[in-house]
Amino acid sequence: MPATPALTVQNLACTRGGRSLFENLDLHLEPASALQIEGRNGAGKSSLLRLLAGLLRPAAGTIANPFTTAFAGHDLALKPNVSLRDELTHWARLDQRTADHVTAALTAFDLMPLADLPVAVLSSGQKHRAALARAHASGAQLWLLDEPGVGLDSASLARLAAAMRAHRATGGIVIAATHADIGLDFPQRLVLA
Amino acid sequence: MIFVHLVRRDLGLALRRPAALALPVIFFILAAALFPFAVGPDHTLLLAIAPGIVWVAALLAALLPVETLVAPDLEDGSLDQLVTRGIALETFAAARLTAHWLAFALPLLAALPVAAILLGTPPVAPLALGLVIGTPALAALALVAASLTAGLRGGGALAGLIILPLALPILIFGVAVDTPGALSLLAASTLVILAIAPFAAAAALRARFDA
Repeated sequence: MPATPALTVQNLACTRGGRSLFENLDLHLEPASALQIEGRNGAGKSSLLRLLAGLLRPAAGTIANPFTTAFAGHDLALKPNVSLRDELTHWARLDQRTADHVTAALTAFDLMPLADLPVAVLSSGQKHRAALARAHASGAQLWLLDEPGVGLDSASLARLAAAMRAHRATGGIVIAATHADIGLDFPQRLVLA
Repeated sequence: MIFVHLVRRDLGLALRRPAALALPVIFFILAAALFPFAVGPDHTLLLAIAPGIVWVAALLAALLPVETLVAPDLEDGSLDQLVTRGIALETFAAARLTAHWLAFALPLLAALPVAAILLGTPPVAPLALGLVIGTPALAALALVAASLTAGLRGGGALAGLIILPLALPILIFGVAVDTPGALSLLAASTLVILAIAPFAAAAALRARFDA
């Protein structure tokens, strides 16, 4: 039987600033699945996402990630004096994606009317949507979203839910750290104590 | 190719801020303009010290943007995005080094004739040749120092302290470029620094991620 590719985490431990955040964490995520990470402030939700993105080294344990990965964290990585479309196009080129993918992502998050404005004049919610659109445009199989619902109005939340649903329908995986319900259908839940 | 794309991106961002691009050149010309007033109008003396002035001014001009060379990308998450895409920090560092050199050394070379006039018209050709060969090393040292100090308070001053001793061989061989052998030694020093810099800068940045 051919093994399905899966994101597999075994015995993962995370230490930040000499303090242990969590240990003995196991995860198994196959295509089309979703994981919602919950927990109080400082429980290690963001750190877990950064570990999965390869931005932190685990204190112990292993992460096997066979998927291409997109990360939307708190730092938006958008240069203020560049137009929104140019910013997304820059990252899309690094992902070997085309202008059509950027347009599709801008449309998915209702950013087309803002596409030619410099990022500096966008509101924080709009910038947040832009960072989500970058993950959308990347074509990555695994989306790592840190608090994706924060600052979004209800229309944008619906668009986010629709984008995540479409992503999973094509075999994508969503891992989101969140306090509130963001419209993931039947996610696995992980509560960090 | 990722390297080319990153260089073009950096140059594109630099062109959007022409004031920042012009600053090292203005600084370079100001330094050259002030020396004749400070040492007096003795033509022979000016001619003798002109290469030294040009090189010190070039070194300080390379140092000017050191606080904005890497720190903004570390702070705004751009480096997170690169690393998540599996792009090596060494590639980023090499691209940033290339873009920094193009953005500060080319305008400097363009301003060199102006500086030469202010310094009593020393022969421009050997100065220009020395700068072409030596400035990549200055850009590389600025990049390494910027990576080591990114996000630290007072990082700019610390970066200066890191760079100055390492830049001494470049200054010594660059000023003496007419002397036999100096040009080869200048080129050799530059090559060594260029070969090490992307790896040193990447290692410094990687340490930041685990901090």
